[in-house]
Parts: sequence; structure tokens; C-alpha cells
Amino acid sequence: MPAPVTQLFPGVQLHIVTGKGGTGKTTVAASLAIALAADGGDVLLCEVEGRQGFAQLFDVPPLPYEERLIARGTGDAGDVYALAIDAESALMEYLDMYYRLGRAGKALDRFGVIEFATTIAPGVRDVLLTGKVYEAARRNRRNKDAREYDAIVLDAPPTGRIAQFLNVNNELAGLAKMGPIKAQADTVTELIRSPQCAIHLTTVLEEMPVQETIDGIHEMQATGLPVGGVFINLVRPQDLGDDERALLLEGKVDNKRLAKTLEAQGLQATPQIVQTLLAEGRDHAERRALEDTQRALIAELDVPSLELPRLPGGVEYEGLYDLAAVLRKGGIR
Amino acid sequence: MSRSRKRTPPARVGALQPEPRHAGSLNIDHLLGDRRVRIIVCCGSGGVGKTTTSAALALRAAEQGRKVVVLTIDPARRLAQSMGIEALDNSPRPVHGISDAAGGELEAMMLDMKRTFDEVVQSQASPEKAQQILDNPFYIAVSSSFAGTQEYMAMEKLGQLDKDAQKSGRWDLIVVDTPPSRSALDFLDAPERLSSFLDGRFMRLLLAPAKGPARLMTAGFGMVTRALTTIIGAQVLQDMSAFVSAFDTLFGGFRARAQRTFELLQADGTAFLVIAAPERDALREAAYFVDRLSQEDMPLAGLVINRTSDLTEADSEHLSANSAMAAYEKLQKPDADSYERLAGGLLRLHADKMRAVTREQDLIDRFASAHPDVPRAKIRALATDVHDLSGLRQVGDLLADQPG
Repeated sequence: MPAPVTQLFPGVQLHIVTGKGGTGKTTVAASLAIALAADGGDVLLCEVEGRQGFAQLFDVPPLPYEERLIARGTGDAGDVYALAIDAESALMEYLDMYYRLGRAGKALDRFGVIEFATTIAPGVRDVLLTGKVYEAARRNRRNKDAREYDAIVLDAPPTGRIAQFLNVNNELAGLAKMGPIKAQADTVTELIRSPQCAIHLTTVLEEMPVQETIDGIHEMQATGLPVGGVFINLVRPQDLGDDERALLLEGKVDNKRLAKTLEAQGLQATPQIVQTLLAEGRDHAERRALEDTQRALIAELDVPSLELPRLPGGVEYEGLYDLAAVLRKGGIR
Repeated sequence: MSRSRKRTPPARVGALQPEPRHAGSLNIDHLLGDRRVRIIVCCGSGGVGKTTTSAALALRAAEQGRKVVVLTIDPARRLAQSMGIEALDNSPRPVHGISDAAGGELEAMMLDMKRTFDEVVQSQASPEKAQQILDNPFYIAVSSSFAGTQEYMAMEKLGQLDKDAQKSGRWDLIVVDTPPSRSALDFLDAPERLSSFLDGRFMRLLLAPAKGPARLMTAGFGMVTRALTTIIGAQVLQDMSAFVSAFDTLFGGFRARAQRTFELLQADGTAFLVIAAPERDALREAAYFVDRLSQEDMPLAGLVINRTSDLTEADSEHLSANSAMAAYEKLQKPDADSYERLAGGLLRLHADKMRAVTREQDLIDRFASAHPDVPRAKIRALATDVHDLSGLRQVGDLLADQPG
């Protein structure tokens, strides 16, 4: 039996996943949710950017503003639910829950107030989106019969916007010095800054995303936001060891011997095919060298990191389970 | 404007003709060499390499003799450094180290969103009024964080650069990178959203206390104001109201500017390039974008697919993914010697690459059958990151070198 893996983020209920565009935030968030549900807890996956990323990833119809079962656990595993949060619905629900505005609520909509509040008023939109996540994390009496979740995973806006998205307080300070919005923002901030929350960053081993990850972590640490881990996504296969890669980079491969080895496996190793394989190998070795430099930069950060492999077929629904298994091996519980 | 307030998905623009006309490859040098083309807008979803592609296009055009300015939004630090634009001063700077044999020039700039907004306010209002607006807490928040400000300001800056180019003749080509928005379409909608907001009833509601005609205070207004006060608080309402009344005189100007920018994007001298990665999401977004451009009568020059894992000429003699994988499996044995490990690793890489090529080609074919008349170009993935002029040159060469 292998030694039990230490749980990476004990006591964390809210996992917020950010990262540079194109690094696979949505994929990481979804596989994280599956990994968290594996021990029997129910997990809620939230998205806030109107992209319907989970519907596409799980290959189901577009998600409404409603918690929907998206992946039923088999055996002892818990279920994963998904919720697409949009600011307009969140505001209407909020008004309904707290003010029972009735006709005035409709009037607000008619006068364009809802649209104003959700698209133009700075910060308010973010308070509404994070406010709904908060509501799911801290269910109260006003939302009767609502499901309680063991963990919530939020597919958050990209790194460039994350501090602004979460640290809503500062921005609102000049704007809403008091009143319910300020109170709402404060309670949300309290949860986000607590040890029950962890903000994870996804990256790939390339210069710009890694730089953005490092900057993002520093920015979060400076503003007191709880940094979780770095999820290094799309890592290339590691079949070629250091020696083999050195041979390729130095151009010292004995072509004849390689051809013989291939032919011993019943392949037709024409010089053309050998050349192709060598060229691909050199490209890969160069990339790996670059990856190693970037990996070293991440290692310098005092933050746990997990690597997820590049799936050759791209990530379809089934691939999420492979990634979730990797995350579990890495200590996601 | 005829477009509706809420964004509705555009109708698909598909190949309903019995024998679709296939556009073939995008000829980038033809586009860059066409002197009638004065503006090239690069758009696409985040993380597909828009900034690098824009910079590579601008450099190539300049080295072919055009006087180019490139507006970037958020370049990688080293790329910005190599172009000499890491200082944020919101105005174009010459890029050194380009080949000027053909008589071209290259300038580059990075967008400073807040500064651009401030400049618009200053150009539209008297100094006192401008200061009043710039100091308003609501303005400060709006100008640095309003959803869409960056998109709107990118377009505003484009309008300014174009005006400058027309007047001074300093540039004959403007290449624009678009912001990494949630949706690639946000920059098209930002001017519209701003003007519809400024036209809205809500604005009149906010103006009402300042202007004070009691007849506006109908029952509905009263109820709304009370609800608003409860929810956002009286202080916020006051700030907003002050902002709106100070801004009131500028509304017309803003609306007109937004409209002009929109028309500039539709003009003959403009060409859109949609940038995508060979991935499902990026190509879906690209398809949506192509449909939208067509709906808005905006001139689309083609689709650029970045970072593809293409086969090179040398690969024409195929080793299939399946036979490579089968041999790889057999080589996974504990006593493998170094050449067996090498061969195994290379076969696995080859199999992965062949599968990626097939998958990407499927995705591209699917796009092509729905959009047969959109010319396409692929840029093969490079082994290393691009962060200097020679890297950009290489991207430009790959972009220009398309089959057929």
C-alpha cells in the first residue's frame, strides 16, 4: 500500500479557480469538483462569466440560474451540481429574498435599473456574483429547502481581474460607504479572506502565464487573499528522460541504432521516418527545457503545486475523470 | 440604432448554397500590401495569441514598406520590452531594429485605459467641468472598472489614431489588438452599451433630482428612487447623480464618438482578422464572431489559426498514431536500454502529435464547412515563446507561407 497522501487543502470549503485565459481554468475547476466529490460529499460548481463552460465540457444543454445535477457519483462518490450565475438573476433573487419588493422590483427592471446595476455600476456586478456563491456556501433560512454542499468550486474570472473581482471592498469603499450593498460585500469578503477559502491559479509551463501567476500570487498575498495552490495544466508527456533529451538536443543520436530499435518492433524505419521522429523529439526537448525553467520559477513560490497531464485527445467529458484521479493522487480530498 | 438592448445571438451565416464557394488560403501579404487597407483589427477569445499575431503583422507590414502603428492591449513583458513600449505613456513610440530597406516604419503603443478616458473627458468639457468629473468618486470607479471600459477605450484610441493618421499622414496602416474580454465581441458592443445606457430612462431618473422638474416624479419614479435608496444607499445615489449631471453635456459627444467608431469599423479601409487556437472553444467563439461581423456588415479578411501542430513536408511519409502507440507499448519494459527508451519516447510523442493533428483538422474542417467563404491561414506552433523581433518575423513568415 502506498503511503496515504496528505490532504492538500484541509478545512477549505470554497475553492476559487483563476488563471490566465487559455490555461484551462474551467477544465481544472470541473476536475477539482469531481475529485472533491469522490469521498462522498456533494460539490457545487459555479460559473460567473456567462460562457456556459460547464455545459460544453460535460456536454449537456446550457445551464440555467438553478443548481443542476451535472455528474452523479457512482459507488460511494458524491454528486456534482453546477450553477451558472448571472448578475441580473442574482439581483432579482436577492431583492426578492431580502426586500420582497414586489411591484417595485418590476419597476426597477422597467426603468433599466437592473441592467444598470448589473452591467454598468462598478463593482456591484461582482458583489452580486460573489454574493450568490456566498449564499450557496452559507445557506440561511430565507432560502428554504436549499441543498447544503460540502464544497463549492468557483470558475472565477481570469487572473488579471481576480483581485478586483474578489476584493470588492476597496472599490466599493469610495462608492457605497454604507447600506446593504456594503454590508453584503463585507460578509462576502469575510468568507473569502477566511481559511475556509482557497484561491487556486491555473497555469501552463510557458513564460507569460507563469509570470502572470507569480504576479497574481504576489498581488493576492499583498491584499490578504488566501492563496491555495498552483495547478500546472497541460504538462507534456515525460517519457523522454534527461539523457535522451540531451542526446536529441546535442544532435548525437545514432540514427542507425534508432532505426534498428524501431525495426525490432516491426516498424518500417525509413530514413524519412527517423528524421521526422528526431525533429519532433528535438522540438519536444526544447519545449521541455523551457518548461523546466518555468517549473523552477513556480517551485520558488512558497505555494503547493499540482501537475496535470496534457491529454492527447484534448479534454472531453471522460478526460475530466482522468484529471480528477491525478488530483486525488496529489492530495485533493 | 436597430440592435436590441440585450445581446441576441446573431443568426448563423452558413453555406446554404448547393455548391459552396471555397475561399482557400488567406494571403496575408496581399492584405498587408493593399494600400486601401488602413486598419486591421485582430480579434478572438483570450489566450489565442492575438497580441503576438498583431505585432507580427505590424512588423511584417512595416518591413514591406508601410508606415505602421500597432495598438496593443496587454503584451507580455518581454515582448513589450523588445518593442520598447513597456513605459505606459499612452502614445505611440518608434520600434527600433526593424529592417527599413523598403522604406517602412513601425511604431507601437500600449493602451492606458483610464488615461484615454480622462483625455476624452478633457477634450469634451471645459477645464473646470472636466476637473469636476475627474474628481467624482463614481467617475473614478467607472473609468477604471466599468465592464467594457477597456473595450470602449481601445476603440476610442483607434478612432484617435485614425484621425491622426488621416491628418498627418504619419501612418498608413493601424493594427489593433483587442482586449482579452470575456467574449471576443465585447468591444463591438461597448460603444452601443454605453450609448444605450446614456439614452436610458435610468439616466433621466438620476438627472431628475438635479434638474428637479416635479412632473417627472411619477409614482413609478418615486417607488424606484425609494427602492434604490434602500439598496445602494443615499450617498451612492448622490455621487451618481452629481456625476451624471456633470456628464450630461458630454453625452451627445460620447454617443457621436461611439457611433463614428462603429462606422469606422464598417468602412472599406478596415479588415478584421479573427484569431483562434485549434481548440473547440476558441473555434466556436471564432465562428460566432464571424457570424456577428457579417451581421454588422463588418469586413472580414479571414481566420488565423495559431499554434497548430501541422505536419511538415518531411512527415508526408506517415507513421500512423496506432502503429506508433503499439510499438511504444511494447517498448515499455523494465530492462529497456537507452535506445529503446529513446525510441519509446519518440513514438509516444509522434502518436500524440498525429492525434492532435487529426483532432485539429476535424475542428478546422467543421469550421470550414459552416463558413466556406472565410479564407484561413495556419501558424504552426513554435518550439519556444515569442518575445523579440526575430520571433515576430518568424511568425510573420509562417503566416505568409500557406499552401495553395
